[in-house]
Amino acid sequence: MIRQLTSGERRSAATILVALVIVGLAMAAAGRADTLGVHGAIVFLYSLVLLFLVLSVIFDPEPEPSRLSQYYDDPSKVGIVLTMIWAIFGMGVGVWVAAQLAWPELAFDAAWSSFGRLRPAHTTGVIFGFGGNALIATSFHVLQRTSRARLADQLSPWFVVFGYNLFCILAVSGYFMGITQSKEYAEAEWYADIWLVVVWVTYFVLFIRTLARRKEPHIYVANWYYMAFILVVAVLHIVNNIAVPVSLTGAKSYSIYSGVQDAMVQWWYGHNAVAFFLTAGFLGMLYYYLPKRAERPIFSYRLSIISFWGITFFYMWAGSHHLHYTALPHWVQTLGMTFSVMLLVPSWASAGNALATLNGAWHKVRDDATLRFIMVASVFYGLTTFEGSFLAIRPVNGLSHYTDWTVGHVHAGALGWVAFITFGSLYSVIPWLWKKKAMYSARLVEVHFWLALMGTIIYVFAMWNSGILQGLMWRTYNDSGTLAFSFLETVIAMHPYYIARAFGGLLFLAGAIVGTYNLYMTIRYTPEDATEKAAGDLPVPGRGEAVAAGE
Amino acid sequence: MEVDHNTLVAFAKSWGLFYLIAFAIVVLVYVFWPKNRKKFDDAKKSILDDKDDKPWQQ
Repeated sequence: MIRQLTSGERRSAATILVALVIVGLAMAAAGRADTLGVHGAIVFLYSLVLLFLVLSVIFDPEPEPSRLSQYYDDPSKVGIVLTMIWAIFGMGVGVWVAAQLAWPELAFDAAWSSFGRLRPAHTTGVIFGFGGNALIATSFHVLQRTSRARLADQLSPWFVVFGYNLFCILAVSGYFMGITQSKEYAEAEWYADIWLVVVWVTYFVLFIRTLARRKEPHIYVANWYYMAFILVVAVLHIVNNIAVPVSLTGAKSYSIYSGVQDAMVQWWYGHNAVAFFLTAGFLGMLYYYLPKRAERPIFSYRLSIISFWGITFFYMWAGSHHLHYTALPHWVQTLGMTFSVMLLVPSWASAGNALATLNGAWHKVRDDATLRFIMVASVFYGLTTFEGSFLAIRPVNGLSHYTDWTVGHVHAGALGWVAFITFGSLYSVIPWLWKKKAMYSARLVEVHFWLALMGTIIYVFAMWNSGILQGLMWRTYNDSGTLAFSFLETVIAMHPYYIARAFGGLLFLAGAIVGTYNLYMTIRYTPEDATEKAAGDLPVPGRGEAVAAGE
Repeated sequence: MEVDHNTLVAFAKSWGLFYLIAFAIVVLVYVFWPKNRKKFDDAKKSILDDKDDKPWQQ
């Protein structure tokens, strides 16, 4: 795999890694006993291992020029494997934290395993580890196929994949040690944030450079979504994380924002992270893998463009619905509420477009669990966006906010939409990338589908029940005008739902483990597809030889 | 004129509305412009064309 790099690319990779080894050493030396020192050691070891791998082949012969007549899929393959590893880690921690709420003794009285530290490890593991790697891996695949162009170079995709995973490792390991800047979904500290900016800009530049090489005159809509995802996440990340470190030798920093401005910036970030990380990028997957798997063009291409611009422009204003009944000016809350309701239009346009595409192919949905993953994802996308618009209405939010209803809503989206579309896309792309006829076992895909669906439904129904119960108990008054229930009574009332939720999560995790086993067996033990169709994924002969080595 | 909170609110409530409506019109015109029909049709079908699944080369 590394031998595919030209000698020039190998040298550049080695130079970058040597620089990172030095940075890691400097962080370790300067940070000393501070948690920054531990992170320095992690950066040092991570880059040293990669440097060793690169140096072991640095004097090997140049790769064949014929590689340029093939798509460059190695980074996508590595990204997919990492996706499944993060899925098991992130969902595993999720089941653990869910179980802690039902049985608090599962924190084992240690600081690192307390709820407050495990919870961001779960959210970062699933959103950034699982979701982010899936987005990066599939974006490279979709971008090349829809542009009919090979990635612009071979080094920057690796920089993106390994750099991004270094960020995820720093973030998650930091939470266990107690590092946080107390911003939800942006808990990682300043040095990790700066590193992510470097990685993300490289990602964006690679995307643009590859698009610039495209053969297709029109940029297919999936790429619009992927590009919005990359561009807007960069903007959100930079603005929300502007902070001043206490010192360059310590992990702690303070945000430049304070008070209600801080809250507004945080939820402008937080909600748009939902919009552009967890929605736009995954809609990119939907608009490519759904037509491919169903072998039918998207129902309405025009509608997909209208929903694209609707989502991009409406979501930006919706964040303030997280701050109803706070010190935020009332009109800003109303603005957020209004835009959240309007968002239903482009969201249902996408969900409807997906289902209308399947109309006429329902027999395929019945027979093919992969396509069924994508179909269920579209349904949950429609349901969750409806629920989201509804929950954003101020009086409804008065009942739902701070309760488990919010948790149920988030997981309807994260499990039912994000994870389902990811698994559907991965099962479509894995045989394609590894040149196999099909997954190792269609039956295991079926098992995964039903485990995931049962898990999601149990989870979401448990949280709906517990959330509404909780909200109602909090606002019940007795005759003398005081609260009818103590806080502890509400906690006791929710206990059975917490057990149900942990069980639902466990089913979902089991599905992911089955999927990972299936991936492993497909890569390792399924024979390569030798038919015409796989041969079609090969190079155009001739003309390519003229490209000089080191290009 | 002093720029205070109310000035910004008035600006956001009026021009914020106008630019979004203007933008929506631009998008709708682009989407339904008759000349673009063929381009969109090609785009939606071309991704299903499996025969030529390889990158172009210089």
